Amino acid sequence: MLFGLHWDTAHGDLAFAASILPMLLIGMWVTIEASILGFFVALIIGLILSVLKAAPSRLIRWPALAVAEFIRDTPLLVQLFFLYYVLPDYGIVLPAFLTGALALGIQYSAYTAEVYRAGLEAVPHGQHEAARALDLPARRTFTHVVLPQAVPRVVPAMGNYLVSIMKDVPVLSVVTVLEMLNVAKIIGDQTFNYMIPLTMVGGLYMILTIFASALVRFADRKLPKRGIALR
Amino acid sequence: MSEPMIRFDKVEKSFGTFNVLKDLDFEVARGEKVTIIGPSGSGKSTVLRILMTLEDITGGAVYVGGDPLWHEEKGGKLVPASEGHLRQMRTQLGMVFQSFNLFPHMTVLRNLTEAPRVVLGLSKAEAKDRAEELLELVGLTEHAHKFPNQLSGGQQQRVGIARALAMRPKVMLFDEPTSALDPELVGEVLNVIRGLSEEHDLTMLMVTHEMRFAREISDRVCFFDGGKICESGTPEEIFGNPKEERTKQFLHAVLEGD
Repeated sequence: MLFGLHWDTAHGDLAFAASILPMLLIGMWVTIEASILGFFVALIIGLILSVLKAAPSRLIRWPALAVAEFIRDTPLLVQLFFLYYVLPDYGIVLPAFLTGALALGIQYSAYTAEVYRAGLEAVPHGQHEAARALDLPARRTFTHVVLPQAVPRVVPAMGNYLVSIMKDVPVLSVVTVLEMLNVAKIIGDQTFNYMIPLTMVGGLYMILTIFASALVRFADRKLPKRGIALR
Repeated sequence: MSEPMIRFDKVEKSFGTFNVLKDLDFEVARGEKVTIIGPSGSGKSTVLRILMTLEDITGGAVYVGGDPLWHEEKGGKLVPASEGHLRQMRTQLGMVFQSFNLFPHMTVLRNLTEAPRVVLGLSKAEAKDRAEELLELVGLTEHAHKFPNQLSGGQQQRVGIARALAMRPKVMLFDEPTSALDPELVGEVLNVIRGLSEEHDLTMLMVTHEMRFAREISDRVCFFDGGKICESGTPEEIFGNPKEERTKQFLHAVLEGD
């Protein structure tokens, strides 16, 4: 029994599969939530990191570069364990799900920061000069001249990271998050049938990532990018 | 008319160890149309870029309308200009770029109304009226709702001119406005600039390789070489009877085909 639901081991494989599908779907929902939350954390921390990494002052730039390098060079699992087991020693106790999503977001922020940088650098220098010649304030230049030209360039790459994050969610099972793989493993442990739940996880994952990729392509198509030269 | 519109006072500009401008003294009177000619690397574009505050100076002082551009007075002393001072000074100047630098994600109309609305605080209707007037001036009324990449290079540069004019500058800076254009598109841009040159109040400073055009519209032509003004005079003097050997060589080289 899991989530108050029962599996059916008495009427063959199909009946068993049908009986555990609702449980796996509950796990899949957790996977989706963790992906989306992790993705937003990665988008926000990544933007902050990319701005800090480009800061004119070395006092800001160097620590930011060091942090980004550290994040990139250590495994997600190590970071996850660190957040889950070390932070409580300092009085910060987060639910496993939040810790997991945060770890995913932090790990991927190092990558999204690079995507932001590439997107911002792809906006020609002449655009900044024209904005300056017209006396547009720095903030207005960023929000109305630079960002609208940078965002369409970064959406496809960001979308790929959303799919990657999704596929890294099973790592969260080691800190007790009941995402799809963990649910399948528990079912296997209890019924001694791993074959069917794990196969179903693979199938459900495929459906999930295909759907997510389609969503990214859709968002990319819908973005206002008239006039912007994309390679 | 005592104070010149633009004055360079012993201006130095270096990029690392390379001195682009050396001890440059240079003046443009109010309403004067001045053309700068010279070989590439002679510092002629740098003069415009310093005025537009896209490059700072490493020595000397620049005055626009009598006020120091790169300095401001604080407690009776001249100190390097703050961003606020630069912003205030910049409103007097408009620039047309060699590569147009239009905002590609905005329609022609938005390109023309963005800065007047944000910087000058015009209402949407006022900015639109002004933009439409300018589009008529540059002959692009029917292209208001197109995006820059739907226009030819010549049309884009005319939008660039209109965009700079929309801020009502006292000084217009033209940085090789036709150098990036196909030969058959140069004429339409020059026609617009020619029209502007008939406005008495507008001070114009242009860097160009269009010698015939420079001769036609300029009050004065300056030949730059090695970060200095080598020779300056009326178009007749410079093109008809140059005194300096370097000027003669340069004109001989560029006018060979004419």
